[in-house]
Amino acid sequence: MTNELNYILESKNVNVYYGELHALKDINLKIQKNSVTALIGPSGCGKSTFLRVFNRMNDYIDSFKIEGDVFMEGQNIYDKKVRVDELRKNIGMVFQKPNPFPKSIYENVAYGLKIQGIKDKEFLMDRVENSLKQAALWDEVKDDLKKSALALSGGQQQRICIARALAVEPNVLLMDEPTSALDPISTAKVEELINELKEKYTIVIVTHNMQQASRVSDNTAFFYMGDLIEHAKTEDIFRNPKKERTQNYITGRFG
Amino acid sequence: MTNSKKNRIKDKLFEYFGIACTFFGLVMLAIFIGNILIDGLTRIDLDFLQNLPSRKPEKSGILTAWTGSLWILCFTTLIAFPLGVAAGIYLEEYGKKSSLSSLLEVNISNLAGVPSIIYGLLGLEIFVRVFSLGNSILAGAFTLALLILPIIIVATREAIRAVPPSIRAASYGLGASKWQTVWHQVLPASMGGIFTGVILAISRAVGETAPLIVVGALAYVPFTPSSPMDEFTVMPIQIFNWVSRPLHGFTINAAAAIIILLLITFIMNGIAVYLRNKWQKKISW
Ligand SMILES: Nc1ncnc2c1ncn2[C@@H]1O[C@H](COP(=O)(O)OP(=O)(O)OP(=O)(O)O)[C@@H](O)[C@H]1O
Ligand SMILES: [Mg+2]
Repeated sequence: MTNELNYILESKNVNVYYGELHALKDINLKIQKNSVTALIGPSGCGKSTFLRVFNRMNDYIDSFKIEGDVFMEGQNIYDKKVRVDELRKNIGMVFQKPNPFPKSIYENVAYGLKIQGIKDKEFLMDRVENSLKQAALWDEVKDDLKKSALALSGGQQQRICIARALAVEPNVLLMDEPTSALDPISTAKVEELINELKEKYTIVIVTHNMQQASRVSDNTAFFYMGDLIEHAKTEDIFRNPKKERTQNYITGRFG
Repeated sequence: MTNSKKNRIKDKLFEYFGIACTFFGLVMLAIFIGNILIDGLTRIDLDFLQNLPSRKPEKSGILTAWTGSLWILCFTTLIAFPLGVAAGIYLEEYGKKSSLSSLLEVNISNLAGVPSIIYGLLGLEIFVRVFSLGNSILAGAFTLALLILPIIIVATREAIRAVPPSIRAASYGLGASKWQTVWHQVLPASMGGIFTGVILAISRAVGETAPLIVVGALAYVPFTPSSPMDEFTVMPIQIFNWVSRPLHGFTINAAAAIIILLLITFIMNGIAVYLRNKWQKKISW
């Protein structure tokens, strides 16, 4: 059922088209609250598209068309009544390439709150500090919050982006290959972070890294050419996948 | 002769040809500026800036001309800046899909190529007659604003387009509205480019003569303007007026005024370059 408590997101018979291209085919998938779900699959299979379905970031693409229903806690997010800005305060997103604003570290993290009209300086500073701590960046930047975020390293920038998303306290965090531009150390930090965030957030993460998927996720969904092939507990997917396609993909025997 | 030898000679020849072309322009400019400096530099003093025009060349000054230019400049900027930037934002961020906006787009590019005298005629009909602004600073400023509007719009659009889509995505992703995204992220990030374009457009407006003559700027104004509804003259018209006088003294005056006009333009271009560099350094994606 859609209003069952331990599922926060659900896609029901979702079809996505970009013009003629049928990018997602009849996807049915439920996402557990306070879990990490990994989306895996070969390039172009529709992982990013599916991720963006949940915060309606596809809406900006001219040729985009969606059929079916997507629920967040029982509410159909493609309903006309739903306000997209409200939705996105609840569903944060971290992008593949770090994309900090060309502003100070502080301004970056506080931006999501400021656009909600929050002006209280103490409250903002509190949230900025907490978010940076959660993103494991506070110690590195606490002395120069006024520094431009563009002056940070790629790994730090990505953690700024994570802190920025956390500052508005969403329920869900969508991450599209958040570590693909990072070195192993930064990657490890982000993965550690995901493990901690799981307590409070529901996380959906797209990754091309099988080890990463098995390290950080509770459930894994395997996509292939727009189809959802298999969705199960991560250990089951990696130990004994039910479908041959899944097996081939995770063992790297993919033609 | 081998082929590679031939190519090397061709290479060299073209290099010299290029150098010659560059020098031709530079030398011409140097001769022109040198001539004017020799003629006019000694004529420039405080009196020259403070005196009204007069029948006697040595008593004439450019007070009315430069104050008129300043008035025109200010009002042209006040009118063209918000209009041009707003239009640029609309075309780039909002009106992307409609066929109306693509029609607008083509016409704005066309407008940038319309001879300035046509703008003068347009200004004469609309601002001087229909809005009955008369031969006033305001009529002139509106006309020049029309003239530089396409430049500002194009510059704004280019500056906005240079802001990477990932910045917009980040802003939308946090729940920002379109307005907030444009206002808080896109505009600040593109201000360097916008200012550069605006300053270049204005420095073009400073030198415009024909459209202002058509809307009725006077060659001889015995007073400095005190309101936007006053009659006026501007630097290039004053220069044109002096150049066409037979007395040698007026030619000297013209040279001196040209130096000042060039100075204004160079300074404005300098500011534009400075701003662009400053912003480029601050924001490197
Ligand atoms: N903006 C768009 N316009 C048109 N087609 C698109 C657009 N974005 C994606 N597609 C197409 O939709 C399909 C799925 O793309 P998507 O980006 O979701 O794949 P992906 O699984 O995230 O791939 P990758 O692993 O390379 O990021 C692809 O065939 C792609 O070409
Ligand atoms: Mg992708």
